[in-house]
Amino acid sequence: MKRSIYSIRFFALLFGLLFAFQGFANEEGEDNLHDDGRINTDSEIRNYIQHHIKDAHDFHLVSYTNDSGERVHIGFPLPVILFGQNGFTTFMSSEFHHDTDGKVVVEKNGNRFVNYHSKIYELETGATEVAFDAQHHPVNASRPLDLSITKSVFGILVIGLLMLWWFSSLARQYKNRSIPKGFGRVLEPLVLYVRDEIAKPNIGEKKYKKFTGYLMTVFFFIWILNLLGLTPLGFNVTGQIAVTAALAIFTLIIYTASGNKDYWMHMLWMPGVPVLIRPVLAIIELVGAFIIKPFSLLVRLFANISAGHIIVMSLVAIMITLKGEITPVGSTALSFVLALFISVIEILVAFLQAYIFTMLSALFIGMAVAEHDHEHDSDGTYEQTDAEDVRADFI
Amino acid sequence: METMVPNLVGAGLIVIGAGIGLGKIGGGAMEAIARQPEATGKIQTAMIIIAALLEGLAFGALFLGK
Repeated sequence: MKRSIYSIRFFALLFGLLFAFQGFANEEGEDNLHDDGRINTDSEIRNYIQHHIKDAHDFHLVSYTNDSGERVHIGFPLPVILFGQNGFTTFMSSEFHHDTDGKVVVEKNGNRFVNYHSKIYELETGATEVAFDAQHHPVNASRPLDLSITKSVFGILVIGLLMLWWFSSLARQYKNRSIPKGFGRVLEPLVLYVRDEIAKPNIGEKKYKKFTGYLMTVFFFIWILNLLGLTPLGFNVTGQIAVTAALAIFTLIIYTASGNKDYWMHMLWMPGVPVLIRPVLAIIELVGAFIIKPFSLLVRLFANISAGHIIVMSLVAIMITLKGEITPVGSTALSFVLALFISVIEILVAFLQAYIFTMLSALFIGMAVAEHDHEHDSDGTYEQTDAEDVRADFI
Repeated sequence: METMVPNLVGAGLIVIGAGIGLGKIGGGAMEAIARQPEATGKIQTAMIIIAALLEGLAFGALFLGK
């Protein structure tokens, strides 16, 4: 067989380098100084972690202070699109000059905006800074509708286009041949896995085809974005509660809109239960179907991924905090080993969370479209035939 | 640090709950695999699914309590 340069050793080395590089992608972060001018490590590290977890309005890889004392930022700005009190305003986030403390005021058409901790506020006339009251509500500013292309939106767009390219080229191959060539060979078993192990068993043979598109999209979307969050590029898309909430709402809409009569009857006016208890159970079922199921999908994905990111970055930050106790070489080695192990677990978690989300979505959809063959009659009379039949088997 | 004691105690309780739950799942799965090694694949799949559900609860509680 021909030796390809893309052997396993190549990828293992690439992976190892990626994870090692994550240790060096530390940035100096915003200045948090002790009183005597030294850098306060704890708050710097906390800022570093917060900066990764939160969304940002520009794509920012690293920044460092070069020899002549200037800050050098590697990255590119992204467009900021706001719908404030006077309509739409767009500008590039480079106008904020990497400021997230609310000091730089951007003025466009009479509207003035500041960026405070990655949230953009529109200042009312006469204010130069956002002031907060005791409940952390802004006193002299309002939040415009922020539709900007942030780092996470940029990540979603890039991954969306990537997935479109991969899967459309795979689908096109089936017109001419039955076994795909190239990268399609990696994708085909995964696609078949989603169809045969997740969609078909949960939704049933008759109706699974309508929903496999959504299930495959969700599966690969979550998996690729989880893996993207592990790279040193600084993305954290599925660890944003808005993204996971949107995915959970999609699942909610799909399994609510495709519920058939049996589903709604079993939820609201269930047969086989005394009539007086039915409203109580209906309320419980409604809360379960509309609130608890999507909420658990949301929280599971969000908490797993963002907790994983925080753990990885805290272990990387051990390199800095233990620099004094064990030598810098020792702390780097310890942090590298720990971060490597946790990153490998995070790769498993990336796949697992995508699988669980997809499987639970398929389960909920299956429950909504399931067809029951009603042997027992409705309302009240619970026939004894079922138990007697079972007992007859044992005689 | 003193004001964080309730937080930490709560976190510890969550970990105890998750630990007991996962331990029972794992124990049940081990026993089932020991009884019928041919069904290992299905048992493992079911075990992972239940473990992920439990982790979801545990993480959700952790995040609610910060």
